[in-house]
Amino acid sequence: MMLDDLLNALFPSHDTQVEAEGILCGTAQYGQDKTAAVVGLVNRTPLGVDGALSLAGHVLEVIRHSPGRPIAVLIDAQSQRMRRRDEMLGLNEYLAHLTKCFVLAGQRGHRTVGVLFGRAAAGAFIATGLVQDMLAAVPGGDPVVMDLPSMARVTKLPQDRLEALSKDTPVFEPGLDHATPIGAVAEIWNDGDLAEKLAMALDGQPGAPDRRDEIGAERKGRLKAAAIAKRVAQEATAHA
Amino acid sequence: MNNAFTKYRTWSWYEATARERVANLLDRGSFTEFIGPEKREISPHLALFDLPEAFDDGIIVGRGTVRGRDVLLAAQEGRFMGGTFGEVHGAKLVGLLRYARDYQDAPRVVVLLLDTGGVRLQEANVGELAVSEVIRAVLEARMAGVTVIAMVGGRAGCFGGGGIVVGIVAGCCSRIVISEQGRTSVSGPEVIETNMGVEEFDSRDRPLVWRTTGGKTRRLLGGADAYAEDSIDSFRDVAISLLDRIPAFDLDTMEKEHARLTQRLEKFGQCHDTPEIWKAMGIAEPDRIADLSDEDFNQIAQAQKEANHDAR
Amino acid sequence: MEILEIHQKAARRAPGDKSHGITGVVASGDLEVLLERLLDGTECEVNVKTSVEGFGDVWRAVVNDFIERHSPGGLRISINDGGARPETVSLRLAQGVRLMEADR
Repeated sequence: MMLDDLLNALFPSHDTQVEAEGILCGTAQYGQDKTAAVVGLVNRTPLGVDGALSLAGHVLEVIRHSPGRPIAVLIDAQSQRMRRRDEMLGLNEYLAHLTKCFVLAGQRGHRTVGVLFGRAAAGAFIATGLVQDMLAAVPGGDPVVMDLPSMARVTKLPQDRLEALSKDTPVFEPGLDHATPIGAVAEIWNDGDLAEKLAMALDGQPGAPDRRDEIGAERKGRLKAAAIAKRVAQEATAHA
Repeated sequence: MNNAFTKYRTWSWYEATARERVANLLDRGSFTEFIGPEKREISPHLALFDLPEAFDDGIIVGRGTVRGRDVLLAAQEGRFMGGTFGEVHGAKLVGLLRYARDYQDAPRVVVLLLDTGGVRLQEANVGELAVSEVIRAVLEARMAGVTVIAMVGGRAGCFGGGGIVVGIVAGCCSRIVISEQGRTSVSGPEVIETNMGVEEFDSRDRPLVWRTTGGKTRRLLGGADAYAEDSIDSFRDVAISLLDRIPAFDLDTMEKEHARLTQRLEKFGQCHDTPEIWKAMGIAEPDRIADLSDEDFNQIAQAQKEANHDAR
Repeated sequence: MEILEIHQKAARRAPGDKSHGITGVVASGDLEVLLERLLDGTECEVNVKTSVEGFGDVWRAVVNDFIERHSPGGLRISINDGGARPETVSLRLAQGVRLMEADR
């Protein structure tokens, strides 16, 4: 889906622009005359220090100036920018800063809803997608951990063997079909009224504790994580 | 025999296993492990690749005392699958942080001995989600008043050599302690080289890799809050010294962090390599940072405005 | 993966009160050894999981030698092997028994 089509499908009206580094910002109407902030990383742009800082700045502005306003985050990116310059300047801190700003927004009453409509990989996915109160996807959404050639190099397995293996296990194969059962993606909006679905999502509770491991267990896509996390607390309190 | 005693009978952090770090960081006999190896909570995903499992899935979590002070602790074993995050590995860490978040009786300090190449690719999707859950758990714990201190000095560093993104975890902690051997980044050098070519980043040029992502660079830029020597004693002392000035995770701190990160780009965004940055910072002998002893380096770092802040 | 199980009686029970201990790391050329004081009398059990197949005889020789030298009676010993050489296996087993001699 193209960005403009998505914006028109999600909002009765909107006032947004795409700035440098693929950073989307602006506002939109949703539901019955309510206003949401709209930010995002679009146009298949990788997330580097400059874009991350700019996007974080928009989030901080919402926190500063618009109490209670929910934030829709639209994502069609790549991975983090892979340049020596960005790493040298501390890309991990810039992505951490962006991640923290989104979490802070939730904690301060701004419900954050991610809408994945293109690719999101690795660090970009973590800092713009997986961090939100809720992450939804529309068809075309393509979450990926790492590109296959890099995976092949790192695991020292031939690429065609990796491709074959990825057919055997959802834990390993990229894509929406696997992101949802494990709890990474809350909902796929395949059909129906996108504006209505988004409106409902934007009205949800901001800053709730992370329950994705329990969702993964409920959906039977991730069988061990939730139980293990609970057991740590059980053993810790038993030993207290 | 492979152990971590240097000839001066101090434990090298870099050489030590995770268990050796835990045993020597904490007060003797104070450690209680949660979901220890005898529980055999191993990875359910490695068998598909015919890879051996570890009984603790490469991470130790528990509680103990440091000079009498109660702490929760997690230590990654960088030599097992590169210290990477798999489903069980990540869940143990998430559980520890949520325990700190939820129980006011729990220790108020969590020490993370990070030694990881990022996401375990054999468990890609759940591994990456685990990293995200760790990040959320760190921040939720901080919001509940818990101090989370990252210690980075191990073999796998704290980046994404093979996997990705765990440098983001460090960046979400209250404080970061790093040694010269430690590294933090988002993409590992091999991944950058594979994707962008050797001209962009020669992953075999070790001095370049350390100039770009290593401990001294991180400390000087303000990407780490304190610099330790490569010894468990030093990491302990340095971590303790940070405990009385811990930034809260709130709007004020994020505004300050935004300002310092903006300034960093304004001042150094055009630099091609780190000696240019050191020169721009007014450091005498900017080409010699890598050669400096830990003591001499530390003196320089303590004097740099960019390196010392409460904005994390 | 190859799995080996070796059961044998040792000469004496392994000294110490520690209920379990672990040594080594599952890394290339290394192994982890988990010891648990679980068995009756002088029974000893060594379970090996290794990704390097076809060396059953070598494992048995190393383990039998270890049991003779160190008398780890009462211990169940479990190994995850990363492709260690026999000398490293002997070393880790010996370290393990020493670890179990502690009081707790």
